[in-house]
Amino acid sequence: MIEIKLEKRPLPSRIEAFTYSVISVVFALAVSGAILKVYGVDPVSAYGIIVFHVFGSLPGISETIVKLIPLTLCGVGLTVAFRARLWNIGAEGQLLLGAIAATGVALFSGDLPSYVLIPLMFLAGFLAGALWGAIPALLKAVLNVNEVIVTTMMNYIAIELVRYLIYGPWRGAKEWGYPITDEIPDAAKLICIPGTRIHIATLAIAVASVILIYILITRTTFGFELRVVGGNPEAAKYAGVSYLKIVLLSMIISGGLAGLAGTGEIAGIHYRLRYPESISMGYGFTAIIVAWLARLNPLLVLVTSIFFGGLLVGGYVMKIMLGLPVAMVNIFNGSTLMSLLLCELLLQYKIKFIVKRREMH
Amino acid sequence: MNLNLNQISYSSNENTEYVVEMKGIVKRFFNVIANDHIDFKLRRGEIHALLGENGAGKTTLMNILYGIYTPDEGEIYVNGRLVEIKTPRDAIKLGIGMVHQHFMLVETLTVAENLALELETSFLNPTEEVRLKVEEIMEKYGLKVNLDAKVWQLSTGEKQRIEILKAICRGANILILDEPTSVLTPGEVRELFKFLKRMASEGKSIIFVTHKLKEVMEISDRVTVLRKGKVVGILDTSKTNEYELAKLMVGREVIFELEKAPSKLSDPQLVVEKLNVLNDRGQLAVKDVSFEVRGGEIYGIAGVAGNGQKELVEAITGLRRVVSGKIYIGGVDATNRGPSAVRRMGVAFIPEDRKMGFVPSMSVAENLVLKRYRESPFSNRFFLNYDAIQLYAKKLIEEYKIDTPSERSPAKLLSGGNVQRMILARELSNGSEVIIAVHPTYGLDVGSTEYVRRLLLKRRSEGAAILLVSEDLDEILSLSDRIAVMFEGKIVGELPCEKADIETLGLMMSGAYARR
Amino acid sequence: MSWQVYLGDLLYSMIRAGTPLLLGTLGEIYAERAGVLNLGVEGMVIVGAVTGYVVTLSTGNPWLGVLAAAISGGALSLIHAFLSITLRANQVVSGLALTMLGLGLSSIIGRIFIGIPLPSSITPIEIPILSKVPIIGQALFSHDPLVYFSMLLAPIMWFVLYKTRIGIKIRAVGENPAAADAAGINVYMIRYICVFIGGLLSGLAGAYLSESYTPAWIENLTAGTGWIIVGLTIFALWNPIRAMLGSYLFGGVRVLQFRLQPLGISPNLLAMLPYISTIVVLLIGVKETLRKRIGAPSALGVPYVREERE
Repeated sequence: MIEIKLEKRPLPSRIEAFTYSVISVVFALAVSGAILKVYGVDPVSAYGIIVFHVFGSLPGISETIVKLIPLTLCGVGLTVAFRARLWNIGAEGQLLLGAIAATGVALFSGDLPSYVLIPLMFLAGFLAGALWGAIPALLKAVLNVNEVIVTTMMNYIAIELVRYLIYGPWRGAKEWGYPITDEIPDAAKLICIPGTRIHIATLAIAVASVILIYILITRTTFGFELRVVGGNPEAAKYAGVSYLKIVLLSMIISGGLAGLAGTGEIAGIHYRLRYPESISMGYGFTAIIVAWLARLNPLLVLVTSIFFGGLLVGGYVMKIMLGLPVAMVNIFNGSTLMSLLLCELLLQYKIKFIVKRREMH
Repeated sequence: MNLNLNQISYSSNENTEYVVEMKGIVKRFFNVIANDHIDFKLRRGEIHALLGENGAGKTTLMNILYGIYTPDEGEIYVNGRLVEIKTPRDAIKLGIGMVHQHFMLVETLTVAENLALELETSFLNPTEEVRLKVEEIMEKYGLKVNLDAKVWQLSTGEKQRIEILKAICRGANILILDEPTSVLTPGEVRELFKFLKRMASEGKSIIFVTHKLKEVMEISDRVTVLRKGKVVGILDTSKTNEYELAKLMVGREVIFELEKAPSKLSDPQLVVEKLNVLNDRGQLAVKDVSFEVRGGEIYGIAGVAGNGQKELVEAITGLRRVVSGKIYIGGVDATNRGPSAVRRMGVAFIPEDRKMGFVPSMSVAENLVLKRYRESPFSNRFFLNYDAIQLYAKKLIEEYKIDTPSERSPAKLLSGGNVQRMILARELSNGSEVIIAVHPTYGLDVGSTEYVRRLLLKRRSEGAAILLVSEDLDEILSLSDRIAVMFEGKIVGELPCEKADIETLGLMMSGAYARR
Repeated sequence: MSWQVYLGDLLYSMIRAGTPLLLGTLGEIYAERAGVLNLGVEGMVIVGAVTGYVVTLSTGNPWLGVLAAAISGGALSLIHAFLSITLRANQVVSGLALTMLGLGLSSIIGRIFIGIPLPSSITPIEIPILSKVPIIGQALFSHDPLVYFSMLLAPIMWFVLYKTRIGIKIRAVGENPAAADAAGINVYMIRYICVFIGGLLSGLAGAYLSESYTPAWIENLTAGTGWIIVGLTIFALWNPIRAMLGSYLFGGVRVLQFRLQPLGISPNLLAMLPYISTIVVLLIGVKETLRKRIGAPSALGVPYVREERE
């Protein structure tokens, strides 16, 4: 009879942590590769095609950066929430709320010049996302309601809200047949790097957020309190840290950053509100893995966003060139998360297999 | 006295002198050797004390005997036969029963349901079967419990009775009791001892695990002393005394009476007036409590846990709201001001539950400023000043001899004793005039215990007002200048330490004085 | 339409809509009672749905589909069980990963079959005589076998949980696994079994969706059913009978959603109802937890470790 025994390990070094993160990714590639094989596709050549198109061509790289923007913003926000042990699964919905707010401001604020309109849109996006995050935060802090379920439900509510608007009151007068809003005025559109879809303003905001949040977590009293709440909520009260304040603020930050991402998608890419699946192709969920793989370090989020951004682009490449469904990305994500889990465990415990022989007595 | 292997007979039980023999037991956890080649023997019908400090390996050894742990090396013989005990089930089959320090009861189930877990009952309606089987035993040994009550509703003494009942129902002839008296009033302890002696006279063999010398002398026939995982002595109780046992336990002469010089008293620093506080269930846990503590004295509140001490302390430290009444610190009204404000008024709080007093994932340095990080020089409005924090931490680590690789290593690597040192360092070094200490030596070995008590006495002589809340009567008696007893939310008596003795305190703790 | 027929029809629809929720909730109740939080329900339900559908298509036998669905849900749950119980992983993350995997797998497997109708689906069985009783008859006795199964399963699971030895063991494992272990109960085995039951029932719920309720295979068939199940488990206060109440109430919400549509209210706003209701249901559950002092199983979400030193 084989018994599995877990022995606790002393603290892992940074190199070990890095190695295991790499192993997780390799494992996920292997799992996805296996599924590709089942579909009759050779995984090695498939991966080769992806890498070439994604990282070896200009459109590939630029599209990766396009995806990186929302992933980074959401991912950085999640590092804050997760550090407080708040499982914010609702980045998806918070992003959509930001998109809604931005569109609303753009369509209905008359003839404002760019330098007023665009900051206004970002502000509205942040506030809307923050609000969407504050609701589950309040429920958790005051009533101890499970935030996983609430944020997930609010994702679905946000999706329906978008659909309601594009089919209903905000339906575009100028576009018939398609459920989309009017295009936002030119003053509301963000400038992109010529030849690409990279909207510069949001990219700058994303990079800035990485640095700011990093400083926030490591150097400020708020970051200190955040880590206390996440490390030992009991001790938080004892230390005089307000649980309510930290929970609320971290979800406001997390939701707000996601909202900024939503604004960016509208003002920089779509220029209108449309099907929710078109605006966010799982950015909110992918950001969870982005944050985890980055070990909740905002600086590393930039790195992991590049990787997962490239993966998303790769998913489309696979669809176009190989006819595979985009859902493959979901499988990759799921297996990455699972292997990350396993690696976390391997870091903490040494697994021993003990073969026990039955004794006679 | 060594028993030669050749003398073990495999025939009937009556011929075997030792019901349990453990030989060469070794058990390691990470790099620590909890049991280092331990030999232990239990005679039939005896009450055998297993004595040692916390961390000496007593509970580990018994957990091995009961099948919760498996030894890395060594052999166990029960009634003369070599056995392998891999799970508690195996131990139960061999007639070994264990009553743990922390009760292994499911609080939300009824007593009958808990018992049904243990006994071999059928699939349907197990509680009825339990009732039938158990009523007889309850009569025989006088262990009465209400079978239909939910466990969370019962008192600690009653819960312990259930545990003993469990063991007997399973046919235990060998009973292991792990620190059974830590949660009992002196009266309940006396009852327990009466009962144990009765069981021993009926042929049951009992192992009594403890670190309390007085109890060893009172109840046991023989005693095995463990120190740092090794056996350092096996003695007949009648032929030894507390001093000899203490010396074996600690390895050096132990000072029992710490120097407590009379100190200069100043004005009352902590005043509590007619305080009423609710517990988590919305009931009144503290009822009209009033007392005052002056600078330079230690005011001890004795009492079994669950009589309102937790709520009283939480109210004073600002962690719990007060329904009515007042708290004054240094003359200023501190009622309902919240933990940060109370701390700023100069109150230090050493909690009983170490787990709530620190954050394992943060560094030792960060834990040391856990309550003061908002003050300068540790932070400057919004930003933390890590240089100042680390300097401060280094100083404290040296002063309080906290054993850690660096001030930056995470606190979760510290041992229990060092965590307590860290908490003490944090609380006692910020010049607080009022110190609230709740069982500060809980779970610490004798060396650390001595250190903590010395510290408290030092602060006392420096003029601090110390409120000591503890279930450990030895601690209360050795440190306090005045002693009060809490029972069912009220203070039922207050005595100066010269007039306090265990008998009187025990009576107060069991409510005898409350009924007047 | 006479009001009796209308009422009967309404109740009938409520029960049908609530059945997949009931199946899933019953399973999750057992898993959580044993102390394991399984957030992968959404993944297991949808995998069950697609498996049932595909197997039915290929074999022509809907009951083989149901069986396959249950097994697939169970298999997926075992992954979660292995990670959470044996390896003591973070149960929240493990469940999430499972959901993602499940969604991805079902999408891939099912995409070929989108829109293909089933050759034979599960047909309702009308119980003679009883089904002719006005209102009640129509509501209760004209369902398909899976619905009857769920209606019978709930009281059975309730009885087992509260009145038998196994039920005591399960509850002990979820409240105080150390005590259960000391009593000689195999904590790991019980947890594995309960999680597996949860998986089987979730798969079954999925099969019901794709083979009987809709019946079809479309993208996003479940639309958050799994998450609603998790919310309902709390509302039910981990009690199988209360789960029936919650599930059918929720079924009512679904029914309402469709019945209000012809009134001109935007279907999207109505579609929000189930999700908002789940949050409301959670709030009620939490309030009742405080009021009745019945809480979640104390060891819920906490991996059990035996060889840990204090």
